[in-house]
Amino acid sequence: MTQGRMKPGRTSEPILQVEHLQLRYETRGRVLHAVQDASIVVAPGEAVGLAGESGCGKSTLARAVLGLTPAGIAHIRGGRIVIAGRDVTWFTPSQWEDLRGNPVAMVFQDPLSFLNPVMRVGAQIAEGVRLHDPTADLLRRTRELLEFVRLPERVRRRYPGELSGGMRQRVMLAIALACRPRLLIADEPTTALDATTQMEILALLRRLREELRMSLLVISHDLGLLRWNCDRVYVMYAGHTVEHGPTERVLAAPMHPYTQGLIAASRLARGADGHFATIGGDVPVADRLATACPFNARCPLVMDICRRELPPEFGMSEGGAAKFGAGHAARCWAVRDAGSAVRDA
Amino acid sequence: MLRIAGIVSGNWAALASVLYLLIIVLAALFGPSLMPGDPLALSADIMLPPGGAHWLGTDDLGRDVLTQLVYGTRVSLVVGGVAAVTATLLGTAVGSVAGFAGGLLDTAIMRLAEFFQVIPGFILAVVIVTFVGPGPTRVVAVIALLAWPQTARVARGEVLRLAHAEFVDALRCIGLAEWRILFAEVIPNALGPVIAVGTLIVGYAILLESSLSFLGLYDPSVVSWGRMLSAGQQFLFTAWWLSVFPGLAILLTVLSLNLLGDTLSDALDPRRMAGRTGT
Amino acid sequence: MLELRGISKTFRQRGQPPLHAVQDVSLAVQPGETLALVGESGSGKTTLARIALRLVEPDSGEVLLDGRSLLQATRGELRAARLRLQPVFQDSSSAFNPRRTVRAILRQVLTLAGATSIDDAALCALLERVELRPATGFLDRYPNELSGGQRQRLAVARAIAPVPQVIIADEPLSGADVSIRAQLLNLLLDLQAASGVAYLLITHDILLAQAFADRIAVMQHGRIVEQGDSRAVFTRPAHSYTRILIEAVQSIDAASSGTRLTDHGRQAC
Repeated sequence: MTQGRMKPGRTSEPILQVEHLQLRYETRGRVLHAVQDASIVVAPGEAVGLAGESGCGKSTLARAVLGLTPAGIAHIRGGRIVIAGRDVTWFTPSQWEDLRGNPVAMVFQDPLSFLNPVMRVGAQIAEGVRLHDPTADLLRRTRELLEFVRLPERVRRRYPGELSGGMRQRVMLAIALACRPRLLIADEPTTALDATTQMEILALLRRLREELRMSLLVISHDLGLLRWNCDRVYVMYAGHTVEHGPTERVLAAPMHPYTQGLIAASRLARGADGHFATIGGDVPVADRLATACPFNARCPLVMDICRRELPPEFGMSEGGAAKFGAGHAARCWAVRDAGSAVRDA
Repeated sequence: MLRIAGIVSGNWAALASVLYLLIIVLAALFGPSLMPGDPLALSADIMLPPGGAHWLGTDDLGRDVLTQLVYGTRVSLVVGGVAAVTATLLGTAVGSVAGFAGGLLDTAIMRLAEFFQVIPGFILAVVIVTFVGPGPTRVVAVIALLAWPQTARVARGEVLRLAHAEFVDALRCIGLAEWRILFAEVIPNALGPVIAVGTLIVGYAILLESSLSFLGLYDPSVVSWGRMLSAGQQFLFTAWWLSVFPGLAILLTVLSLNLLGDTLSDALDPRRMAGRTGT
Repeated sequence: MLELRGISKTFRQRGQPPLHAVQDVSLAVQPGETLALVGESGSGKTTLARIALRLVEPDSGEVLLDGRSLLQATRGELRAARLRLQPVFQDSSSAFNPRRTVRAILRQVLTLAGATSIDDAALCALLERVELRPATGFLDRYPNELSGGQRQRLAVARAIAPVPQVIIADEPLSGADVSIRAQLLNLLLDLQAASGVAYLLITHDILLAQAFADRIAVMQHGRIVEQGDSRAVFTRPAHSYTRILIEAVQSIDAASSGTRLTDHGRQAC
């Protein structure tokens, strides 16, 4: 194992860069603009969270990064995706196959539907190894990976159905790690698990990150989970990345009114009248690209300009020169005016 | 209904099947009146190939092939239809009760169903028909006897899925009686896959009837496609039209029914009704 | 008002060891209060809820509503009692009969509850109470056309139609977005303030329990390990399992109990 914080090769280059991605689902005359303008950056070795409620596009974005969106239906209409310096936006399926596993791998919410129920666990892990390194000693690597995810060796001969939820999640991790990825995307990794198992899986992820110098992109609706596991966080709403910054700062001093509402609701904060803090109204229907701020109908700070124009990013960048993805910024007109918007709880 | 029509029309194979079946049904209903002439009438024009006055030719006794084909359509459809409806009604009733009641009743019914499924159906059919005599009504009874386990299983599966659905529990909590829950709430939701299997049974029935007739177990006064095949087999190389046309009719009809059943099965899948893409 | 005394239930399946889902559980829900039953999957909480709703027969114990036993009730008494004890389940595709419109669903419930004149106005009034507006627009819709939040409101409408005294809600907010969750909680609060209905809330989320409920009962492996005022249980848990549940909470706030993210060695098979 390497000593100290040694960074791999090109340290200045992000492992993942998504720039103003626009993706929509088109089927039988109906269009759904799942991702309208999303930009995220993941640096080598860092853990980034992607937060949002259902319908915000975070899962679609995660799948797009790996080319896993349904082929005839999902179409990228703008922006680009860059993985380890390569522009993969227009990759063909066979090009994606080479890329998946290394440098990017993914684990999903439900390990039971991910794992083949009629194939032994060891065989499935070995399959992952073999796909990326045909010459490897499969048995040895499988044992190594099981050890890595802290599963006893005898799990190797078991079938997925015989394991607990937490163990299946570990197996899924082992398969994802088989290809030594530089970036691991975890889509709602603990939603299906018990509280105690959740803790263990997240601790495992943290340890794996440190030992493998692996970047992590965690998709979750659970802000608490992101707080404890991610260095930086992006907040998505209606297909837009509306705020991003260091997790602690975003949660302690959110700039975007949606983030503020989301945090208050997550916290189950109660007002003077005993009611829980919430965000009134509903998510806008995504059948049209937003030409104004998508949150304007529900925003307590809404101004005239919010209804007319899409806000660009405003905020604070770290160390002077604005580096893409660094600092704390939000796409909100009120942020431009006030520096940071304050909302009564 | 409209949604189902939409799904069916979106699939060209299903659409073609529906059109073909429509033609068949019309032929069965109006054909005999449009074609004057007894299909079993002997004539002097024996073994004529297709063309001329006899569009599809004549057989060794001078009987017009097309007329026989049209009359045979009636038999096939009636046998197939009635058999399928009987099997479906019987199977649905039995399977639903089994699934809903559970326990010993369920086990007993399922063992009975397995018994009928395990026995080689065709052989059983031959044996029964040999004893009770041939004829469309008897064939219908035999088919219903052989096919009811198929619908029973499907109905039971659906009912099992629904028996503890939340809306069913909610109705229990508000006092709706169990038998009313079964018939008014559960069974209507179970019908989709049951109907799909039902269309497959029509095809199965037609094939069975044709096979029995082919073996010679037919009623001499009834014209059917299977019987035509049986009569035509000895002339396979000399008068191909005697075998090809009835054979084609059987093939296309059963194929259409299967395609339609398949599409219906997808269209009526309750999981489609709650379709939601996660973003 | 709703009391469970000494409830036990064991499931036996051929070829498998008996599953002691509920073991000698006693709890009570007072009029107008909210009691949260907290436990992870496998704790027996759902079984207990189903026993309380009389969907499952317990092996032993008593279920009492206003002092009258539900287990020994006659059919008529049971029918009347059931109306006062209504469920709200987790949102799912089988929460409602997919072939019935909202109008048909509510009409059926109201009829079974004994209402006589049920016109559209009455149905709309019910929808208004759960804040489904505009009410007339919802009557002809099908449940699967509604959003998750709207469906849960409909579920609440179904539950309050017979004017119950106690609502047993089994994970009603799981899977709901955070903002929807808050909206639904506010709805439940308003209904309670207006009608005095009591809630038995089944949940795995101890944070939610503490924020919403007056009292908490913690369940593990079929037994109640701790019971008491929700704030007290949360800030000074007496039982180690309660402590584990609280520590597992990953709260947004730095001030709340933080997680000890330790990797607990090897997993037992």
